[in-house]
Amino acid sequence: MVNPKPKKILLSGNEAIAEGAIQAGCQFYAGYPITPQNELTAYMAKHMPENNRIFIQSESETAAINMVYGASAAGARAMTSSSSPGISLKQEGISYLAGAELPAVIVNIMRAGPGLGNIWPSQADYFQATRGGGHGDYRCIVLAPSSVQEAYGQMFKAFELADKYRNPVMILGDGLLGQMMEPVEIVKAEGLDAKYDKPWAVTGCKGRERNITKSFHMNEGDLEKANLILQKKYAGIQKKEQDWEEFLIKDAKIVIVAYGSMARIAKGLVRKLRQGGMRIGLIRPVTLWPFPVKAFANRKPKVSNRKFLVVEMSYGQMVEDVRLSLEGSSKVEFLGRSGGGVLTQAQILRKIKALL
Amino acid sequence: MTERVFIAGAGGQGVMLLGKVLATAAMKQGKSVTWLPAYGAEVRGGTANCMVIISDEEIGSPYIEEADSMIILNQPSLDKFSGILKNKGLMVLNSTLAHSDKINSAGTLQFPFTDLAVEQGNIKIANMIALGAYLAKNKVVSTDSIVETMKEMAAGRPELLEINKKALFKGVQLADGK
Repeated sequence: MVNPKPKKILLSGNEAIAEGAIQAGCQFYAGYPITPQNELTAYMAKHMPENNRIFIQSESETAAINMVYGASAAGARAMTSSSSPGISLKQEGISYLAGAELPAVIVNIMRAGPGLGNIWPSQADYFQATRGGGHGDYRCIVLAPSSVQEAYGQMFKAFELADKYRNPVMILGDGLLGQMMEPVEIVKAEGLDAKYDKPWAVTGCKGRERNITKSFHMNEGDLEKANLILQKKYAGIQKKEQDWEEFLIKDAKIVIVAYGSMARIAKGLVRKLRQGGMRIGLIRPVTLWPFPVKAFANRKPKVSNRKFLVVEMSYGQMVEDVRLSLEGSSKVEFLGRSGGGVLTQAQILRKIKALL
Repeated sequence: MTERVFIAGAGGQGVMLLGKVLATAAMKQGKSVTWLPAYGAEVRGGTANCMVIISDEEIGSPYIEEADSMIILNQPSLDKFSGILKNKGLMVLNSTLAHSDKINSAGTLQFPFTDLAVEQGNIKIANMIALGAYLAKNKVVSTDSIVETMKEMAAGRPELLEINKKALFKGVQLADGK
């Protein structure tokens, strides 16, 4: 059910993610404060109880992710959020969720690292988010919003994908997106979670066989079987769920590749340069895992010697996936900055001029 | 049309709120807007600032590399940020707390916003007087839309609405009279 006249309100990225989660039917939130995602926890603290949902400020990040494990095992739509150092602390729990095939949504509003780093925007957790982060052969689905409206909308998709695949889904934003405010159209949604029955949930086994959720398989051969089921699931996700945005790439001599807030900065620059007749385009991965290989592989551009310029607030992480996807068919250049500084349009333009 | 406004002052002078009122009012007029705060640990004693972009088109970067206008409420902010104002950009300056010899150009509006706020009985409304002065020179957002926004933000507090409205129109009147 969609409200016919959606109302626009000014929200920060953090608030929009929280409101999106509530609208998407999140029943359980546990988290521990950390800048720059505090408005998210604060919003949930106020609005989850108002909606008869559960909010817990846990004693630690580790406790929060394990509470999410419990709530999810019981069949609830459950989430947690944090920023980089706090997400590192959750990795064990995320690995357990993946192993037990439990749906959950984890929001990472990235700040600069390594270590405690600082509180300013960064995209240096790409490897951690897309490669696992915790131990074992597992994957999280990773979505990267580029505007406050998209951050709101992706919460619906995140809970949907988590339930559909019984898998943790991560929203990978950064301090810039979390803190900035933009108008958001609020869409009231109903009956979302009715779509996914959870016959596997641990809800009390009176009158039926008991359900077990676990990631522990000691009998010989059992873990391998369980892992092969996961791998088959991941292959299906890679086939079906790749998502990306293309902007003016058809005749582009240089295609910028960027995600999240870096992508919106790059998009603004592309628009400006096109007005001056420069043939620049943009590919923006929306899913970081599965990486949108289809946006790059087996596509023969009409432009000869097309170059790709990957722009990140890191010293080069997503650039590896772009190179893997292109399999050496085009030249890939990189521009990065990390430690809290955000690349400006002027800095990107300087690099483009050097490449042309 | 794209207007990039950089707003800065001391923590407690209401620069974040000034930006939010401006951004919300612009949204009500159907514009694209972004509001980006500096969210460091410097909010007490040092400078606080936010960047507001108002446009008819989709906004790319919410960062302001070159400002079309600035509203500056104290000296440290002027010293730190005045360099990002574009050539012939509009500078709205609180002369109670900031002075500069360099900025006596046609594009500068200087009024003692803090003194005027104290005269009106509440030091906290210096930000809204400054907003009024800015909007008198740059009509990117209508004062009607600002008042509408104030009504929502001060819901249930009619005395707050009154004093802020008065401050806004004091600023408009000051800048128009010049």
